[in-house]
Amino acid sequence: MTSSTSRTSAPETSPPPTSPATPRRTSRHTGDLANSAFAWTATSAGVLILLVLAAVALFLVLRAWPALTANAQELSEAVSWLPDGENLLEFVGPLVFGTLLAAALALVIAVPLSVGIALFISHYAPRRLANGLGYLIDLLAAIPSVVYGLWGALWLVPLLFPVWRWLSDTLGFIPLFAGPASDPPRVILTVAIVLAVMILPIITAVCREVFLQAPRLHEEAALAMGATRWEMVRLAVLPFGRPGIISAAMLGLGRALGETMAVLMILSPGATYSFALLLAGKHQTIAANIALQFPEANTEGVSVLIATGLALFVITLVVNMAARAIVARRKDFSGAN
Amino acid sequence: MTTLTPGAAGAPGSGPTPPPTLDPHADTRAMLAGTDKSRRRTDRVMTGLIVASFLVALVPLVSLTWTVVVNGIERLSPYFLTVSMRGVFGGMDAGGIYHAIIGTLLITGLATLISVPVGLFTAIYLVEYGRGALARSVTFFVDVMTGIPSIVAGLFAYALFALIFGPGVRFGAVGAVALSVLMIPVVVRSCEEMLRLVPNELREASYALGVPKWLTIVKVVLRTSVAGLGTGIMLAIARVIGETAPLLITVGVLDSINFNVFEGRMMTLPVYVYRQYSQGLVPCAPDAVDCIATINYDRAWAAALVLIALVMLLNLAGRLLTRFFAPKTR
Repeated sequence: MTSSTSRTSAPETSPPPTSPATPRRTSRHTGDLANSAFAWTATSAGVLILLVLAAVALFLVLRAWPALTANAQELSEAVSWLPDGENLLEFVGPLVFGTLLAAALALVIAVPLSVGIALFISHYAPRRLANGLGYLIDLLAAIPSVVYGLWGALWLVPLLFPVWRWLSDTLGFIPLFAGPASDPPRVILTVAIVLAVMILPIITAVCREVFLQAPRLHEEAALAMGATRWEMVRLAVLPFGRPGIISAAMLGLGRALGETMAVLMILSPGATYSFALLLAGKHQTIAANIALQFPEANTEGVSVLIATGLALFVITLVVNMAARAIVARRKDFSGAN
Repeated sequence: MTTLTPGAAGAPGSGPTPPPTLDPHADTRAMLAGTDKSRRRTDRVMTGLIVASFLVALVPLVSLTWTVVVNGIERLSPYFLTVSMRGVFGGMDAGGIYHAIIGTLLITGLATLISVPVGLFTAIYLVEYGRGALARSVTFFVDVMTGIPSIVAGLFAYALFALIFGPGVRFGAVGAVALSVLMIPVVVRSCEEMLRLVPNELREASYALGVPKWLTIVKVVLRTSVAGLGTGIMLAIARVIGETAPLLITVGVLDSINFNVFEGRMMTLPVYVYRQYSQGLVPCAPDAVDCIATINYDRAWAAALVLIALVMLLNLAGRLLTRFFAPKTR
């Protein structure tokens, strides 16, 4: 169904080709030469990306190898911040858990909100306003993570404490909100909120672009058949935009998983497997841990940190592959294929 | 599709005029409105939720802008923009971000110079040339690369250059390479998406006129999608200009000015913000005259304000360029 939708809509959305008198100066031979040169350049750019990625993986494994193969006792003696007798896996485990927890919480908050915002801008806001609002969100997508971290740590943290205290008082029987809430609430839920705010503009920007590309004729057909605006959105816009939403969420998740600064600046770290979202000193993420320890680390320490970086790399790889599997099922719907 | 057929189809009529606004089917519409109460209620609720989500999102965004501006404007002055942190210590009422601005511009510029050609050509390859296993693996690995966390990109660049220059290597180009690793996939993905939105009919029309493929790509495909490409590249630059973690690892920190990206540590704006924040409050003697306890936070806010202003300026420039180059036919 999706493939036929784009075909019918294409002539409507696209301007007629106005190619102004291009044929007159292209002779066959120069065209052929330029053609192959252009194709070659494009292909080698693609190959370069493969090489870079291979290099990333190779270097990570190479540098992590000493830590991966060393025995636990030697390693914890060489690396001061590695607890005694703890092997690498025991060290990475809680970090992985913290990373996933923070990113998942952020995504749960951000995705529904972003889809709503994107729909508002693309289909609900008055046309005149929509451009400006889109521009606003574009600008906000660009706010650097360190600024979000600064804002979160100095402005949001003091503000959130009463909310978290109330939450732990009233919903404390749920293990997630077990109290008492830590006082400067440098806790994972605060981090998740900041992360959600951070990934919100990016998810929104991508969703909005996709929603705006939804076939006009379908929307008008739905409305003409008496659909309400929400039904039109549900039947014509969302199905068209679903791969876009997934890819947007993926971008957001990637950023949330690897986000360093906001976590580093807000979270009070600790290495446990705890679902208590309101307690400080329980969680830490891989990325923040690397940034925290790297400047002071010796050779073995760097090796351990790169091993944890490898774990993060593998996680994002798995996430991307899962997301890709979903997107791939919904392919073949763009104008060019 | 089937859910909306009952009843509703008759109302608007099939005339060429915009259907529901004219009057002749008033009673039909009244009947429809009567039977469709729950649908309308859903519609109203969803409208409310969608508007509310927008408003909720505005709260943190407005407060962030407000806090940064209010806290940052106080410290911001021509002096702050034109001096470095050399020789500044304790709670001294001095110091600026000139060195950090230079570092950010140089490193981000170098990263853009590397990333945009590679990214754009890869997108062109994927959309226009890519067939078979190579194209599939490029697409796949670009997706994988999108997920590379910034800190891992930093570790990679560090490991790469440490191999050549020995451990403990830190200079601007290392950071630029780290940023490029982050930027290339973003450029590829957004450009690819935009190029794919160019309808095949345009390409076919161009071929039918005898235009060679590369010229079709340059004059038709790129020309049609230039607005989207501009936005994509703009977002990519905006994303990397604020990257802190990889630069913290690869470029380090410095209090003086360094114009050479190939030698010595550099300061960059985001790292500056983090460093000032992490230095925290200054313990001032009670009778100290020129000691400001919050000086580090003040500088962090002011630098954050400059960073945001820089990003907005870039975005604005990108937007104007985009508008300037967009096809006029729309």
